[in-house]
Amino acid sequence: MAGIVGYGAYIPRNRIKSEEIARQWGKDPQAISRGLLLDEKSVPGLDEDTITISVAAGLGAVERAGIDPSVIGALYIGSESHPYAVKPSGTIVSEALGITPEVHVADFEFACKAGTEAMFVALGLVESGRVEYAMGIGADTSQGAPNDALEFSASAGGAAYLFGKENLLVEVLDTYSYTTDTPDFWRREGEFYPRHGGRFTGEPAYFKHVLSASRAILDRSGYKASDFRHAIFHMPNGKFPLSAGKQLGFTKEQLEVGWLVPTMGNTYSGSSPTGLAAVLDIAEPDDLILITSFGSGAGSDSFILRATDLLPQRVERAATVKSMLEGPRRYLTYGQYAKFREKIILND
Amino acid sequence: MPSPRYWRERANRFRLEAARCKGCDRVTYPARTICPSCRGTDLETLNLSRKGKVVTSTVVHVGPSEFTMEAPYAMAVVETPEGGRLMVQVVDCEPSDVQPGLEVSLEFRLIRREGHSGILCYGHKGVPVG
Amino acid sequence: MREVAIVGAGMTRFGEIWESSLRDLFVEAAAGALNSAGADHVDSIFVGNMSGGQFVGQEHLGPLMADHLGMAGVAAARVESACASGGMALNMGFMAVASGCSDAVLVAGVEKMTDGADVTNVLASAADQETEVYHGITFPGLYAMIARAHMEKHGTTEEDLAWVAVKNHKHGSLNPKAQFRGEVTVEQVLRSSMVAEPLRLLHCSPVSDGAAAVLLCPLDQAEKYTDKPVKVIGTGVATDSIALADRKDPAFLGSVEKSAERAYKMAGVTPKDIQVAEVHDCFAIAEICCLEASGLIEKGKGAKAAASGVTSLGGRIPVNTSGGLKSKGHPVGATGVAQAIEVFEQLRGESGERQVEDARIGLTQNMGGSGASSVVHIYQGV
Repeated sequence: MAGIVGYGAYIPRNRIKSEEIARQWGKDPQAISRGLLLDEKSVPGLDEDTITISVAAGLGAVERAGIDPSVIGALYIGSESHPYAVKPSGTIVSEALGITPEVHVADFEFACKAGTEAMFVALGLVESGRVEYAMGIGADTSQGAPNDALEFSASAGGAAYLFGKENLLVEVLDTYSYTTDTPDFWRREGEFYPRHGGRFTGEPAYFKHVLSASRAILDRSGYKASDFRHAIFHMPNGKFPLSAGKQLGFTKEQLEVGWLVPTMGNTYSGSSPTGLAAVLDIAEPDDLILITSFGSGAGSDSFILRATDLLPQRVERAATVKSMLEGPRRYLTYGQYAKFREKIILND
Repeated sequence: MPSPRYWRERANRFRLEAARCKGCDRVTYPARTICPSCRGTDLETLNLSRKGKVVTSTVVHVGPSEFTMEAPYAMAVVETPEGGRLMVQVVDCEPSDVQPGLEVSLEFRLIRREGHSGILCYGHKGVPVG
Repeated sequence: MREVAIVGAGMTRFGEIWESSLRDLFVEAAAGALNSAGADHVDSIFVGNMSGGQFVGQEHLGPLMADHLGMAGVAAARVESACASGGMALNMGFMAVASGCSDAVLVAGVEKMTDGADVTNVLASAADQETEVYHGITFPGLYAMIARAHMEKHGTTEEDLAWVAVKNHKHGSLNPKAQFRGEVTVEQVLRSSMVAEPLRLLHCSPVSDGAAAVLLCPLDQAEKYTDKPVKVIGTGVATDSIALADRKDPAFLGSVEKSAERAYKMAGVTPKDIQVAEVHDCFAIAEICCLEASGLIEKGKGAKAAASGVTSLGGRIPVNTSGGLKSKGHPVGATGVAQAIEVFEQLRGESGERQVEDARIGLTQNMGGSGASSVVHIYQGV
């Protein structure tokens, strides 16, 4: 059986509080935290991007796997903020992790689903026997337009998953993908900020895909919501994943470990993968875990996972999500945030 | 930075590749072909650990034009457990807290960019441990 | 080897000289040196210059300067060792005369820094591009790291650093060619804006334009030009690793120690014999380190030298009577030659208000980069 042999996550140390953003635009901070359940979000430094986040997360995955990185045969990075429009992120990450040159590399994009997409393909290659080990990474430094609802959520972070067939930390019991063409959110070539369809992003987009994929994988596998110790649903804001979980029959307790969005924000391609990393950090042997991502455009990938005895022994080899969310951090003013996110116009 | 030059240096920039002299154990970063201590030519390559201790430091308030957005920023000479020494920025902290003796981890970061359309140049920076 | 003498000198004022170009500066200083000696012919010209290429886009300074001096045809070349380019040019000129290859050698140093180039980046090209500049270090930053290491090791304080600036500004106030002729107080230095911690603006030498030139000949031909020649009795050049990270002790300038030892040996003198010295105070910490490494002040005691008055005019060993790089100005390629002119004048008793009484033996020390190259010369009045 194929499964996860290593994983790692990374969240930048900079934060901005929702109330700081709300104050900038004359909005009611209470309404944001009540309505969207967002208290603060991570912000990348000027020196952090999808590539650096992927390297940091990837190093954690290699550490926890305890393998020589040069045996990794495939590396995929899912992101909507690849630093180059043309030139792969994955080559730089592979080089930094010591994986090159015998490796298949590609950059993926599928809005917020690109991370699980990378994981899905990596897993498939390992299962088929085409490669011994494969890494799938979801990472983003997403931008929300100033004074748009997305500005309260779009954050930075990511997680990396290394798949193999031996010394599994987590078994992958099943996967399922559900995809339709649904233009709920997009960014055209050359545009700086994404656009979205407002309330259209909810029912026909997020909920339709997340619920369909989750229900189908549960049906197919024969598991019930109550069989799971943890479930993670993509987190565009605080409310949606809780609502989706509830509709599927999951309790608050099953959702809360992976529900990072109130303090991390929406790390887009890194969102549900980082939530999964937070779950793996504390999971016990035999815990069943459901993860369902969502990417606008639109689609969802679901995975049913089961923790092994080895998982708890490997957690401490790399930084936990909690240590990064609750560890040293710096709170930015909106002015600093505007500088870090390069929203200030400068001469060349 | 022209891309051929950046490309040539990727082993040391991306993986902290250094050299150790088999004659006198001197570690040089980046790797060299002649040991600067004993002129030995029998050197082995090694990757420095991604951690070290600050030997000396400063906070640059007036930076080169490419770094104005980042100023003030701390810079330090860091010594790794292997004895390799390298000059790095130290980030994600109060710059003035970066003083000799500080333990840092070395993280992969974007170091510089060649304007809006040029290549992005990566490398390592220090981040205080803990 | 023939004995070598300096027989003429000329220099521009140092400062922001908007009306003069690189070549104008050179011609003014070089013609001044030739005229002071009544010379109308030289065998060769050495032009110390750090980076005409980057500052004003002009390389190939040897022929350019010979041409503009009306001496096209003469052997001429540029000499470069970053901020020690002037000192290196003097060393080359010395060897040309001492060896018997040339009888009359013009040694000049020139830099034009204010024509709009990115000075921070140009100066940084004297550091290691791959391991230092890539990461955003500046020259003040490198010397700030040296300062912090010196503070760690010897307990040097920001106030000690400030005293170097106070002393050199006081000396410079007496020098009509100096860029800054105003005195400063310790409080003013410590209140000035931070450049690279712990170095503040008034711990740093300025950006300057300027040129300086001297005429060298064999001592036995000196009377053709002057009745007060000054002998160059020692020259020493040394190098160190270019990157600060590659030095075991970042608070110690090994190249300065070695270059001084070589010069002392050639001159047959010891540090105790030196009565006046110009050392490379591009930053206040540099003067402290250079004094210690050259043996003029005991190791670890350099920090208090300025505050205690030992290195002031009237002190045991007056240092940087010209005002140093700090107050006189630091047109990088010109500095090494300008230092020689200060000592030349001191040993001839021509320094006016800055005169060190009965000075017979003097020393100059000129440094490149963060100490990767150093040139020391020792002079004796005749």
